[in-house]
Amino acid sequence: MQATDTSLRPSTGRIDPHWRVVDIVVASVLGVASALVFFAWNQVYAPVTAPLDAVLPGSQALFYGVWLFAGVLGGLVIRKPGAALFTELVAAVVSALLGAQWGGFAVIEAGLVQGLGAELVFLLFLYHRWNVVVAMLAGAVAGLAMAVNDIVGYYLASGATFQAIYGASGFISGAVIAGLGSWFIVRGLARTGVLSRFASGRPGPR
Amino acid sequence: MFSETPLSIDARGWGWRHAGRAGWALRGLDLRIEPGERVLLLGASGAGKSTLVHALAGVLGGEEEGESEGRLFVDDTDAARARGRVGLVLQDPDSQVVLARVGDDVAFGCENMGVSRDEIWSRVEQSLRAVGLDVPLAHPTSALSGGQKQRLALAGVLAMRPGLLLLDEPTANLDPHGVIEVRDAVARVVEQSGSTLVVVEHRVDVWWPTVDRVVVLAPGGGVLADGTPDEVLRREGANLAASGVWVPGHPPKHPARLRRPGGTLLHTEALAVGRSTALQSDIDIVARAGECMALTGPNGVGKTTLGLTLGGLLPAIDGRLVAGALRRGLGTDPLRWKSRELVTRIGSVFQDPEHQFVSGTVAGELAVGARAIGLSEHETARRVDPLLERLRLGHLAAANPFTLSGGEKRRLSVATVLVTRPPLLVLDEPTFGQDSRTWAELVAFLAELLDEGSSLIAVTHDVHLVDALADAELRMWQADHALESRVP
Amino acid sequence: MRADDILTPTAGTRTIYRINPVAKLAAAAVIGIALVFSLDWVSASVALACEGVLFLFAGLGPRRFVRRTLPVTIAAVFAAGTILLYGRASGASRWRFLLVNVTDGSIELSVATLLKVLAIGLPAVVLFVTVDPTDLADGLAQVLRLPSRFVLGALGGLRLVGLFADDWKSLELARRARGIADSGRLRRFAGQAFALLVLSIRRGSKLATAMEARGFGSSIPRSWARESRFGARDWMLVAISFGVASAAISTSVLTGNWNFLAGA
Repeated sequence: MQATDTSLRPSTGRIDPHWRVVDIVVASVLGVASALVFFAWNQVYAPVTAPLDAVLPGSQALFYGVWLFAGVLGGLVIRKPGAALFTELVAAVVSALLGAQWGGFAVIEAGLVQGLGAELVFLLFLYHRWNVVVAMLAGAVAGLAMAVNDIVGYYLASGATFQAIYGASGFISGAVIAGLGSWFIVRGLARTGVLSRFASGRPGPR
Repeated sequence: MFSETPLSIDARGWGWRHAGRAGWALRGLDLRIEPGERVLLLGASGAGKSTLVHALAGVLGGEEEGESEGRLFVDDTDAARARGRVGLVLQDPDSQVVLARVGDDVAFGCENMGVSRDEIWSRVEQSLRAVGLDVPLAHPTSALSGGQKQRLALAGVLAMRPGLLLLDEPTANLDPHGVIEVRDAVARVVEQSGSTLVVVEHRVDVWWPTVDRVVVLAPGGGVLADGTPDEVLRREGANLAASGVWVPGHPPKHPARLRRPGGTLLHTEALAVGRSTALQSDIDIVARAGECMALTGPNGVGKTTLGLTLGGLLPAIDGRLVAGALRRGLGTDPLRWKSRELVTRIGSVFQDPEHQFVSGTVAGELAVGARAIGLSEHETARRVDPLLERLRLGHLAAANPFTLSGGEKRRLSVATVLVTRPPLLVLDEPTFGQDSRTWAELVAFLAELLDEGSSLIAVTHDVHLVDALADAELRMWQADHALESRVP
Repeated sequence: MRADDILTPTAGTRTIYRINPVAKLAAAAVIGIALVFSLDWVSASVALACEGVLFLFAGLGPRRFVRRTLPVTIAAVFAAGTILLYGRASGASRWRFLLVNVTDGSIELSVATLLKVLAIGLPAVVLFVTVDPTDLADGLAQVLRLPSRFVLGALGGLRLVGLFADDWKSLELARRARGIADSGRLRRFAGQAFALLVLSIRRGSKLATAMEARGFGSSIPRSWARESRFGARDWMLVAISFGVASAAISTSVLTGNWNFLAGA
């Protein structure tokens, strides 16, 4: 009798846009886990980013990519339309339930905007390309969306320089922390075998 | 619409291949199970039992997740479309709880089947009674024990009134008390409803009285044996035991030991352990070289907490933990030792091996400890390679630890603590998930370590392990304990 | 103290606990949207004053109120501080240092920012403190008719969070037991976070299978064991929020303080 062969076979690359239950639950798990990271980050971000704000006001946004990785991560793992938006939204809702500083509604609204940013990029590539460049682009656009949202919500009174620096910092932070970071995370996850029910966990066309 | 008429199972040349895998999980299966039969499904690891059971419940996934061949019918409908008429209870108690309140969780299945509200709540009451779970409907599910959670899952499945009940290793993660609870609940339920039952389990002796048929699957597909429990035991008993199944009447051999107790490595003085409040107090035990002490008792009495405290990982609530010959120049309290000093003196193996994985490969996992204490590449290889061979992990050296089977993960976690050669080992459930063959090897290995002068403290539910190795046993129960010597 | 406790709402019998979570969500949204468009101290303070009165009926004791709203307050102060120091300059300059420029204009705007963040954030926190996740899911699916697969799937994933705390403690102890807990805190933190992610995805996949085994995700129309009703009480809350919002906006417009998008 032949023992079970666990060697891998490449997938066909056909994506079914219909969400399975495991897609929904794992996207939620990713969202909840991200919310916990957000929660931890919420406690420490102020002293960490304050020096940046003092040196170059607006550059504190260079660290704000941490709040964006949920959407990019969700998109890269689930690889279905709406994954980025859904994951970032779940992260935002849970964050709100955990009592995020800015009050429930603002957090959820921010999640919506940021998730849309990443989603737009994945949509642009027709949900077919999931490589590192697309990931970084998704993070960058999410970062831009976050910057605009923050400026309208909190920093309407700030000067143009501040806003420009804030926007650029958000863009870069999104690309590196959220985009590149998420891509590495997904690669590591795939190697542990936990993504075996997803296309992202199997070798195939990227 | 859905009644409790028991369903039949019909497999003709059925096979399944998971997406992305080159080999078939199961192939060419021909099996017929009549309505109302109670079947125990056995087979070595990798024989595809779990795959079959998942397929019968219709949860293997569609084209995206794999391909099938042949046919698999549940009562004349394709198994993939039988969702809701078949009940499935899985192995991990924590991963089956859907909602936060007991009543809501049991009602979940009924809601999915479109049952009317009044009918739902009457079924919830009935199901909870049937499994013997006597808690209020608003009781938080997170406060349930493992055995209770499994019975909750069973209740949730029952409320859907399935004609076929499938259990995939339902008692594997439970303590002995929980095992009996769940087994009795299932027996009662099947008695009352008469539905067909298929159980996949390694604990054959537990299910023996409940089933009337045993089917043994061969790795790769096909049926190895099929008949009443007594027939199969008589005909295939020895073969099954040899291939690793725990067969009643064929216990694995206990290793011979030279009992040569040495000096005191560690002792406690009126030790009290717990998380915030004391679970156990006034513990006085001694760990000597060449001796094995077993810590036993039901879940929740503080065995793991005691193990972690003895391992220098958790602070004691009261009393003292004193390192004797173990300290080798350091202070007497292991809690104060630095992490890399601890690792050459006390090795701790956790209840869930996955909590200890820090590397991307099995070989890397073993090298972590060596690197932490500053060993050279050469010395590291000298220690790692023999361990890989001894614990039969050599062929997995490049694999990611998370992809190993349950038993392999357990062996890996034992191997990792041995690299730094600590004289004292604290092991939490070391034999969990081992089939009878790997069990015998592991126990023989531990006996060798004891003979070489190591000291072992084992937190365990496994009575056979206690019989085979323990020189002393600390029996624990609610807020009390008793120390027994087992030396003949 | 389990992580579950954070998500378990404060229990009680006061009216606010029986209001539909969707109504609470709507109320917080109405106030948030109304105030977000203008940065001026009048609209924010009027809203805050009305909310202050309503908080008395919220059923939250003073100590719990302070504890839960402290993060919002701190964030408000932080945001206001940023505006004070680097905000758009107008009027007489009070203090200059490098890039810092405190002016009359920036002082006024920072006060407005402080009040605005509080006015939007405080009611949201107070409302959410009394929301049970299962009831929220019921409300979203039954009242707002969001697809039940997504709402309940997300709820299922949310439930797994209670296990994270125990896992995290184990992961920390494991690192000490493996000999690597002496240095590299950040690296260890990242490693632990990754391990936690692996464990949770695995559990999530298993939970998904268990949910499917109970018939979830099929095309059979779903029934609801708990009814989520949107009645008079709930409409009342939404109406109150509209009242607060319109009072704030109209006062601001009538006194000429309305500052649409801070004059951008």
